[in-house]
Amino acid sequence: MARNPSSDAPNSATATAAPAPAFSGLTITQKRTIWAWGFLAIPVLFYVVIRFYPTANAMVLSFQEWNLLGERTWAGLDNYQVLFSDPVFWQVFRNTFMYLLLGTPISLVLAFIVAYHLDQVRFMHGTIRALYFVPFMTSAVAMAWVWRWFYQDVPIGLFNNALATVGIPQIDFLDSTTNALPSILAPAIWAGLGFQIIIFMAGLRAIPRSFYEAAKIDGVSTWTVLWEITLPLLRPTIVFVVVLSSIGFLRIFDHVFNMTTQNPGGPLNATKPLVLMIYQTAFDSFDMGYAAAQTVVLFVILLVVSLIQLRLLKDR
Amino acid sequence: MLRKTRNTLAVLATSAAALTAAGAASAQEQVTIEYWQYFFEARVTAMDQLIENFEAANPNINVEMTHFPYADYRTRTAVAVPSGEGPDVVQLFYGWLNDYIDAGLIQPLPTDTFSPETIEAEFFPMVQAMERDGQYFALPTAVRSLALFYNERLLEAAGVEVPTTLEELVAAAAATTERDGAGNITQVGFTSGMTAQDHHWFREVLIRQMGGEPYTDGYRNVNYDTEAGRAALDFYLGLEEQGVTQSGFMDEPQAAFRSGRAAFHIDGSFRIGALEGERGLRWGVTELPANEEGVRSNYSSYWVNAITSSAEGPEYDASVLFMEYITSPEAMEIWLETVGELPARSAVGMTEENANDPVFGPFIRGLEYAHTTIFADESAQRQVLVDMVERVQLQDMDPGESLTIAAEAEQAILDDFHGE
Repeated sequence: MARNPSSDAPNSATATAAPAPAFSGLTITQKRTIWAWGFLAIPVLFYVVIRFYPTANAMVLSFQEWNLLGERTWAGLDNYQVLFSDPVFWQVFRNTFMYLLLGTPISLVLAFIVAYHLDQVRFMHGTIRALYFVPFMTSAVAMAWVWRWFYQDVPIGLFNNALATVGIPQIDFLDSTTNALPSILAPAIWAGLGFQIIIFMAGLRAIPRSFYEAAKIDGVSTWTVLWEITLPLLRPTIVFVVVLSSIGFLRIFDHVFNMTTQNPGGPLNATKPLVLMIYQTAFDSFDMGYAAAQTVVLFVILLVVSLIQLRLLKDR
Repeated sequence: MLRKTRNTLAVLATSAAALTAAGAASAQEQVTIEYWQYFFEARVTAMDQLIENFEAANPNINVEMTHFPYADYRTRTAVAVPSGEGPDVVQLFYGWLNDYIDAGLIQPLPTDTFSPETIEAEFFPMVQAMERDGQYFALPTAVRSLALFYNERLLEAAGVEVPTTLEELVAAAAATTERDGAGNITQVGFTSGMTAQDHHWFREVLIRQMGGEPYTDGYRNVNYDTEAGRAALDFYLGLEEQGVTQSGFMDEPQAAFRSGRAAFHIDGSFRIGALEGERGLRWGVTELPANEEGVRSNYSSYWVNAITSSAEGPEYDASVLFMEYITSPEAMEIWLETVGELPARSAVGMTEENANDPVFGPFIRGLEYAHTTIFADESAQRQVLVDMVERVQLQDMDPGESLTIAAEAEQAILDDFHGE
């Protein structure tokens, strides 16, 4: 199809005329295929340029040294060797899984309990649902800063001031290696709850009423209805919510970064997740190759966790 | 009729004048150069004025200024300068300069205009870090140093004088600390936090005052795992043990001071502008406290201007002229008045008037005995000291052990950077 643009006029005239009979000579299926690919070409091109090329580039970069300024130089497996022998990485690795292992089940159970009961509430149903959804729409940065203020020591922190007025000693929330991670996780769970509730409610509404009516006629207990009807039929919804929230907790960043801006990921790396480590390596230390290696590791973790969940929760 | 002729004549005359002017301008050839800095309102205002003055003196040169938020600045320059899309003259933090020189992204300043001998004679000695092989690569307009801010109201209420030594500081801080019935601190005598300016105070001030030298071999070797380093750390940790401070009080030290809940606070000269606008806060500033022998020290830092490698031909010549102006005494006076940052030339800074100024004076006098840490990675090196203190405070580690770990960790960062 490519024509030489410098070719003379008569030639280009035949060039524009030529495809028409060729296209009309095709079968309908072939034409459809051409049209389909014609339309698909734009998103495919977009994905290749915006998604796949940078991903591939990051993978190549993970075997190189680069500080953004000079040339990229080959480093082989150096970045990975440094990463796996770095105690901070293993601390960060543990933190990342703590966010996942605490965050996903807690948020799942809370969202289900709220959705299950909200589903049965008729009074001001829309308003209550909206109230649960508001945190999800709020900017994570603003929310993190408000919670950061809640956690401060006397005389400004909301929680500690409340404790002080009733005579209980103040608690170190963010300035503690044991309390900091749960303290950051709490608002992160709360912020994502609204979305999960909406998904669960949609899932609950999709279960045919006739099943419940049949169970009622048979005089089955509420628990049995929950275990035998609601939860099994909710399986696709649970899979969706689990996979999505797991990815969310594995990629947690904005809450941690904003609640510990003075000492990002601190104290003593107690709250640092992998994404924050990547950010600091890339944009504080300008060690792009090392940051790319961390990114590849995160990608592999996300892939493995998602595949395992899909396999475990798949419909048999 | 007569009026019409006169009008026509007038129009002709104006056009002729316009044509001649245009001809003259094109004969001189217009050059446009681009200047980049990070966004800080006072800095942008000051630079606008400098550009206006410079363009008035050099009508054939246009300077276009671009600024970015501080958070993006380093990344943006690091991406734009190598690609050749960036500025002709760029403002960089002094700590980044080695990377830019190594990558060949900035050009040395011509020695005929910027002679090393003159620079060494006229600028504060810290700018010597900008020299390599007999040529300067960059020069600052202004520099910053540390000083001790104090809240006048709290000092009066507690009946204490402005301290001049470390011992007096601790005593005055103890007198101004307040607690509630449960023993929680509600007002600190002294703000502290390694995440703010304390890591500079620890390295370049406390260690030296305890008789040590924080680094050797041109900041390539960590040298604070010594008795002096231990004494500095013990003094620093002692502040909290004696109950005159609480790290993390009111989230950040400067917030505690600004809201009037701290009596003393160590900060840089760049904080002056923010404190001046604070209603209800009556504050003063004094030199960093000396030790018992009267030894003082200080930390200074600065942003430099450099010509990038993308400036060539007429742009290069114009950039040299522009560099000459923004590092001139006149530019430094304007910068001091507008931004509150101190002149980089000692002759401009150390005038009787500036050195005795109640606000700028302590900072300017501090420059005379200031040291500039040459960082390989400032945030990573700061983190080492943050962790050093937290290991003792949160995990009860022995301070000596924590100091050794910190020294080793920082040495690893320096070795990695210098390729050893």
